[in-house]
Amino acid sequence: MSAMIDPAAAAELLAREIRGDFPDARGRFGPFGGRYVPETLIPALDRLEAGMRRWLKDPDYQADLARELNTWVGRPTPLSHATTLSARWGADIWMKREDLAHTGAHKINSAIGQALLAKRLGAKRVVAETGAGQHGVASAAACARLGLPVTVYMGAVDIERQAPNVGRMKLMGATVKPVTSGDQTLRAAVDEALRDWVSDPNGTYYLLGSAIGPHPYPYLVRELQAIIGREARVQMQAQAGGLPTAVFACVGGGSNAIGMFYPFVADRDVEIHGIEAGGRGPGLGDNAATICFGTPGVLQGAYSLLLHDEHGQIQETHSVSAGLDYPGVGPEHAFLSSIGRVKYGSIGDDEALEALEELSCSEGILPAIETAHAFAAAKRYAATHPGARILIGLSGRGDKDMPTLTRTLLKGKL
Amino acid sequence: MSKSLNIAEAIAAAKSAGRPAIVAFMTAGFPRRATFLETLTRIGSAADVIEIGVPFTDPMADGMTIQRASEAALKDGVTLAWILDELRGAAARPAAPLLLMSYLNPLLRFGFDRLPAAARAAGVSGFIVPDLPNEEGDEFATALKAEGLALVQMVTPVTPRERLEALCRHADGFVYAVTMTGITGRSVDVPDEVLSYLDAVRAASGAPVCAGFGIRNRGQVERLAPHVDGVIVGSALVEVLERGEDPAAFLRELHL
Ligand SMILES: Cc1ncc(COP(=O)(O)O)c(C=O)c1O
Repeated sequence: MSAMIDPAAAAELLAREIRGDFPDARGRFGPFGGRYVPETLIPALDRLEAGMRRWLKDPDYQADLARELNTWVGRPTPLSHATTLSARWGADIWMKREDLAHTGAHKINSAIGQALLAKRLGAKRVVAETGAGQHGVASAAACARLGLPVTVYMGAVDIERQAPNVGRMKLMGATVKPVTSGDQTLRAAVDEALRDWVSDPNGTYYLLGSAIGPHPYPYLVRELQAIIGREARVQMQAQAGGLPTAVFACVGGGSNAIGMFYPFVADRDVEIHGIEAGGRGPGLGDNAATICFGTPGVLQGAYSLLLHDEHGQIQETHSVSAGLDYPGVGPEHAFLSSIGRVKYGSIGDDEALEALEELSCSEGILPAIETAHAFAAAKRYAATHPGARILIGLSGRGDKDMPTLTRTLLKGKL
Repeated sequence: MSKSLNIAEAIAAAKSAGRPAIVAFMTAGFPRRATFLETLTRIGSAADVIEIGVPFTDPMADGMTIQRASEAALKDGVTLAWILDELRGAAARPAAPLLLMSYLNPLLRFGFDRLPAAARAAGVSGFIVPDLPNEEGDEFATALKAEGLALVQMVTPVTPRERLEALCRHADGFVYAVTMTGITGRSVDVPDEVLSYLDAVRAASGAPVCAGFGIRNRGQVERLAPHVDGVIVGSALVEVLERGEDPAAFLRELHL
């Protein structure tokens, strides 16, 4: 657990977060973040940062992005009322439907935004990593749309458990490279993507899929994902009659969560809950709940919270969901936890699978296993906060999870 | 125990013998933990400076060879604390200065408050930290300086001229001039533009310049010799250790 800071300092840091002071000039959210990469990548990150500052607010870029989001991704995504769950849980449950975004998850918001940026920066090719395969599919789609060749690194373990997404990437013309080094999941895929990028920092654009990595990625990804929370905030006021009591989202690297949370950070009456993968339990190696169980350190470019041993070696993690199975977390989440603005908790494998089943049969929505963690936590919250108005980020659909579901929930039923 | 030379002296000594210094990289505890000090001595008999690699689970700047060695050493229980203990307790250490090459996280976890003194007590002269760029390095560099230890800076062929000059001005020990954009382990044929880049590094640097990444054979050393003060040999040496061959014989081949 990160050291909590004293209340006065936390209040001051929160005020600065709300003012938009973070990341600061050194790419930090309070103490977290920064740029811990080989020297070869520093000029590439400088160029990315300069390009991002040049283009992100540029009217032409924004017009292109808005057109793609509205006519290709299918934004705005709906806010659905979970009528049956509301009745069952005794609370007012609302779902922000990123599962209805093109390619089936929030990942496309950042992928298309970054691909448009890569194009303007003159990139000749794109590399990406993927865990659940959703970011790989989103990158493949965005790059196909814009005519950019893309190579996606994916851990061999994830290739097996998220097989449907591998075929989708290939059909859209992506080269999928299996990663057999390290833990053969998301962390190893990020390492390989970084190694690829180091080999051609001038011509290659690294399309990072979560709010992790060296500055400016955590900021860039937040900016591109914040559309989730901005839309949801307006939709809640229009459809639900006001802001939520509490907002829930699952946290792997933290991209859907930061996108949902950031626009609510200034609404001090809105409770915010980030939900990590509790896996099999609290022991080191049994989960991927980095904020709940981790300590500060440096992994893959940023100073943040990590799951590592007393020698600073990164731990293998466990989660039934590939997208949450990662021993680090975005630096802005570490920061929001340290100042107490967001509460982070965890949900284990079994409870997440139960929630997936409950959402499927009560609302007719099969969510990603990642997403199901947020629903399980919201259900617990509803039990102690009857009548609460709860907004849940439905980050993605669960079709990709059929291999895992066939082995678990559907075992003996097919 | 022979008094160890400082880094600049060791490189200068090779130079006065009319050859580029040989900076040899080995992964600590590879191929076997039990023969760490023996391997170190053997390498020390033919190297002017030794880089001891601290294994890490996520060596993002390294190719397959060093990844493999790192993984094997971790499996064998090699840790930073163990490396420092072994070195401190060694009956004899090589005369060649020792550098620890480590990714940042194991160093952070050991603690910047304790590490410099522990490293000095173990006869270490400095550190190379591939994921600690200059902008993030002040705290560690200051802590090391208090114990008289160097933090070696890397520069690369894509480092812009102004930045290169600034980095070289800060250079401590030597400047580690990466010969290519990429990870360790690939062979480089040393094209002409790499030679002119090395000349630029040398012109900007008061400290000696050593070229590394992809150096595998005597031909490369001959081609680099007029442009550098030393060469760094990593993956090729680790492969020699992997095959169970004599590292000293391999390194002597590179003495011009
Ligand atoms: C549907 C879905 N939700 C959540 C995640 C977790 O990623 P993040 O924490 O970056 O949102 C993933 C990652 O693959 C995903 O596919």
